[in-house]
Amino acid sequence: MTLPALGQEFSAGTVKITQLWTREVPPSSKVAGGYMTITNTGSEPDTLVGGFLVGAGGFEVHQMETVGGQMKMRELKPGLVINPGETIVLKPGASHAMFLDLKTPPKVGQVMKGTLIFAKAGKVDVDYKVEPLGARAPADHGPVSKSNTAHEHH
Amino acid sequence: MSTTSVAHLFRVVVWGAAAGVAIAGGYLYLRTPSQSRFELPVTSAIGGPFTLTTAEGKPFSSQMLKGRPYALFFGFTNCPDVCPTTLLEMSNALAALGPDANRLNVLFVTVDPERDTAEHLKAYLSAFDRRIIGLTGSAADIASVARAYHVFYEKVPISSGYTMNHSATVFLMDRKGALAGTTNHEESDSVQRDKLRRLLSK
Repeated sequence: MTLPALGQEFSAGTVKITQLWTREVPPSSKVAGGYMTITNTGSEPDTLVGGFLVGAGGFEVHQMETVGGQMKMRELKPGLVINPGETIVLKPGASHAMFLDLKTPPKVGQVMKGTLIFAKAGKVDVDYKVEPLGARAPADHGPVSKSNTAHEHH
Repeated sequence: MSTTSVAHLFRVVVWGAAAGVAIAGGYLYLRTPSQSRFELPVTSAIGGPFTLTTAEGKPFSSQMLKGRPYALFFGFTNCPDVCPTTLLEMSNALAALGPDANRLNVLFVTVDPERDTAEHLKAYLSAFDRRIIGLTGSAADIASVARAYHVFYEKVPISSGYTMNHSATVFLMDRKGALAGTTNHEESDSVQRDKLRRLLSK
């Protein structure tokens, strides 16, 4: 099996997706976060509305934030909007894909195969690299501090 | 209590009151944002006795914590980010503290007792330092501990069922069971470890 390079780019219409990763979860945990960088190179907004992951029973788009010491999570309906020219980083502590009802827990070294669904661009098949439990960022993304300054979606 | 933890407590109170949420017990609920932070209770108001069940299925009383400092935080096993991250950081901190870590208790209290049975917690925690004590109980037991620590949690409906909003604070309690400080997963490993060392030296 060939491991996906993190630089690998997936695209559908004017939407480009790179840096897809997930991470190992503790035994008995049925959920994992799906992380990626999405760029909309088009002139119309598009929305990540859902998807699939091989080995998971469900896929939702969630927004997480920590406010006043409280971790707050909510599902984004109908999804995550990416405006024209915008790049959004889905990462721990922010918006992310939520893989639910995991039947095949992610293992480091594996490639997790999935599909993303955009309202306009449609479906695109993607690969996720698996990082260790608790990883804050993909390993070959350079050192990342906890105060990651990457662009966040608001 | 440090200025930071007072400020933190204040934020929790304001958030809870502003959201108009029904915090179990009503103590925080009755506080309004207009009240001065200086009227807030002193450290003794955080913490208190509780009885829960360990991941091994055994009864656990807060009496068993007497004489040793402890770190206590809330979470749930279907938590994709904060909980495994905090558990991993605490595991790494315990390893970094060496033999001193044996004088510290680390407690993970589920806010989702409906799904987090003892058996489920045990499997989940097997990925982390074995010294971390997982605790579950009845919905009323969990509400009681949350009330003692003035934390808020709630179910959040999602398409597939529900997830939980909850406090991300790690409470650092001294050997007498009084609040000595707090930390969380957003603080650096070195800050977390310094705080734990300081807690052990109290």
